[in-house]
Amino acid sequence: MNKPVLILLLLCALTFTIKSEAAPIETFKFDSEETEKVFHKLSEELRCLVCQNQNIAESNADLAKDLRLEIYTMLSEGKSEKEIVDFMVQRYGDYVLYRPPFKPLTWLLWTAPVIIFIFGVFFVARLMKAQASAEQPASLSAEEIERIKNLHTEQDKK
Amino acid sequence: MENKQPSTIRRFMPLIVFVTLVALLAIGLTLNPRLVPSPLIDKPAPEFELPLLLKQGSFSRQDLIGHITLVNVWASWCFACRQEHEVVKQLGRKGVRIIGFNYKDEADDAKAWLARLGNPYERVAFDHNGRVAIDWGVYGAPETFLVDRQGIIRHKVIGPLSDPDNYDNLISVMNSLDKSPIQ
Repeated sequence: MNKPVLILLLLCALTFTIKSEAAPIETFKFDSEETEKVFHKLSEELRCLVCQNQNIAESNADLAKDLRLEIYTMLSEGKSEKEIVDFMVQRYGDYVLYRPPFKPLTWLLWTAPVIIFIFGVFFVARLMKAQASAEQPASLSAEEIERIKNLHTEQDKK
Repeated sequence: MENKQPSTIRRFMPLIVFVTLVALLAIGLTLNPRLVPSPLIDKPAPEFELPLLLKQGSFSRQDLIGHITLVNVWASWCFACRQEHEVVKQLGRKGVRIIGFNYKDEADDAKAWLARLGNPYERVAFDHNGRVAIDWGVYGAPETFLVDRQGIIRHKVIGPLSDPDNYDNLISVMNSLDKSPIQ
C-alpha cells in the first residue's frame, strides 16, 4: 500500500474516536423508541449554561437536571422537537444551541470556514504558479544557441 | 519586474495577519463567557405564580405591574448572594422596590438566612424546584431583573450587584426608566 493512501486511512480512523458516553443520572421511561431518540438528540444539542462546555446530557449541574426533566415532560406532553428548541431559545437565547441558526449575527461564524478555504486554495494556487515559473530556465540568447550548435558540430568532427 | 509595489505588501502580509489575529484573540479573551445576554430583555415578564416564603399568599406577574421593581434571584446556598446582600439592602433603603426570588432553596434555610443577614425584600417568592426560574431564563444565582411599570423586563444583571460595573449599569437603566412618564 502506498503512503498517501495509508495516511488517508489513518485520518479516517481518527474521525471514529470513542465518544464519551452520556450519563444522565435519572432514568426516564419513554413510551416509544422514537421519543427516546428525540430526547437524547435534544439533550445533546442543548448547551448547559452553568458548565458551558457541556451539553445538557453530560452535565451534572442542577440546572441541566431540571432542563432534562423539562424536555422529558414536554415530550410526554406530545411537544415536537422544534417546540422544545424554541422553548429553550426563548428563555436562554441562541447560546443554548450548539448549532446556532444562520442569521446576520452569525453569518461570519458559518461562512468563515468556506471563506478561509477558498482563500487558502487561491493562495496555494498562486504559490505553485510562482514556483513553476521560477523553475523554468531563462530563454537562451541567439548567440548562446549559435555556440551550442558549434559545440555539437565540433563534437561530431572528432 | 514591473510589480515592485505588491512585493512590499506581501512582505508585511504575515505581520498584518498576525497582528489582526492577536487583536481578535485579545478581544475574545477579555470578554466574560458567563455573560449570556438574555433574550427576555424588552419582553414582558413571564406569567407565573409562586407561593410566598415568609407569609401566606402568592406572588404573580400581576403584582409586578404599576411599579418599577427589582426581582433579585438569590438562595441561601449562593455565596455571591451574600456578597451582594449589603448592596441589595442599600437599594432597599433608597426606596427601590425589591422582590426576592428564592431559587431552589429550602424554606427553613432561606428564612434563617434572611433573619441573620437582614431582609430588604418587599416580598419573597419561593421557587423551590426552580421551574418558574426556567421561564425567567435563570441559570445561576445571583441574577437581578429590572421590571418596569408595564411588567416589561428592561435589564438583567448576571452576578452580584456588589460588582461596580453591574451596579452602575443597573442604576443608569433605572434612572432612564424613572424619567419616563408614569402610565
